[in-house]
Amino acid sequence: MEPIVILGSGLAGYTVAREFRKLEPAAPLVIVSRDEASFYSKPMLSNALAAGKTPEQLAGTSAAQMADQLRATILAGREIEVLDTDRRTLHFGAGTLRYDRLVLALGADPIAVPLAGDAAAEVLRVNDLADYARFRAALEGRTRVVILGAGLIGCEFANDLAAKGFQVRVVDPAPQPLGRLLPTPAGEHMRAALAAIGVQWHLGTTVAAVNRAPSGLRCALADGTELEADVVLSAIGLRPRVALAQRAGLEVARGIVTDRLLQTSASGVYALGDCAEVEGHVLPYVLPLMQAARALAKTLAGQPTPVAYPAMPVVVKTPASPAVVCPPAAIPGAWRLAQDPAGVEGLFEDAAGRLAGFALVGAACAKKHALVKTMPAVLR
Amino acid sequence: MIDNQENDMKVWQCVVCGFVYDEAKGLPEDGIAAGTRWQDIPADWACPDCGVAKADFEMAEVVAA
Repeated sequence: MEPIVILGSGLAGYTVAREFRKLEPAAPLVIVSRDEASFYSKPMLSNALAAGKTPEQLAGTSAAQMADQLRATILAGREIEVLDTDRRTLHFGAGTLRYDRLVLALGADPIAVPLAGDAAAEVLRVNDLADYARFRAALEGRTRVVILGAGLIGCEFANDLAAKGFQVRVVDPAPQPLGRLLPTPAGEHMRAALAAIGVQWHLGTTVAAVNRAPSGLRCALADGTELEADVVLSAIGLRPRVALAQRAGLEVARGIVTDRLLQTSASGVYALGDCAEVEGHVLPYVLPLMQAARALAKTLAGQPTPVAYPAMPVVVKTPASPAVVCPPAAIPGAWRLAQDPAGVEGLFEDAAGRLAGFALVGAACAKKHALVKTMPAVLR
Repeated sequence: MIDNQENDMKVWQCVVCGFVYDEAKGLPEDGIAAGTRWQDIPADWACPDCGVAKADFEMAEVVAA
């Protein structure tokens, strides 16, 4: 019998494997990874400095240990070039691999904005542990960091670096941090809280060019400001990895399109996590990934199980001012806001006055548990 | 790092998402009283941030610096 093959050794791939093993202790399982396939906590990368963790300490479990735990064959350092869904075959380098069923847990790539300048190629992005090790090496002995992007990852890195004494500047075209997640007063609270620990904001503008300077790098902003930096980190957002699926002729929209069973347009090929678009939802967060992994493991084990998405709050790990957001669907409605110096509570009400989302910043985060229970499901 | 020497309370961290559980503080809003040991939390408890079940991923003990 051909194995079930999982492409990707991130949280999505390894969680499907683990859940599947609980149901099918013996079925052959192969995990293919383009990196070294150690299991680590990706959400912790943007909090590791203040936690006192080195990249080595973050690499929790090696590929060999994972292979042992999961009773799986792990093929590390292999990039799959061709997926042939008719022959249920994968091609890589000189090798081929046949599958019974295939799981695409490919993740997402950081979006790279086009930058001018002779040092544009030195802008770093952190999307995996190897990237993070390069970032930490670049920080060694340095103090000045410019971050492109004031979204979730940009804000978390800004907090983590500022807490360790780095001089941090954040540049974002939006007028506030976390513009896609937080209503204005909540974003303002976040801006002020990070400013209080030393983060300097350059909002409403973008970095146009990164050039070499006598003492490091110089970022030229569209508004004419020039910022000197030792390290420039881009945290603009993520784009699902769809190239392999596209070449194989699978249906792709923003992500690899799947139904509620997480099956793609090709029979026996499934997708989940940051690369997938599940019934129109692209949700690159941990909670949706966990829901999907549990459902898919059952489907792979012979019990077809549609994924259900309950309300899934997104946690922003900024200790200076933590935030929790349950983003409302794109529906008509309005934010009802309450604020005091310790925090902001935003409740999103739909046209009929029903709670449809929330955003909590600072002390208001304590209300998360009570509010989550009242939220509508994303996919029932 | 919090000094837990006196009462021997421990601090644990979720290996998936970094969520920190402090036994001394508990998670009152999640129905877990202050002072609840990690070992006394039910096996069906899930990390409030990432949804990983206690039974799946053992929390790693945070060693006080």
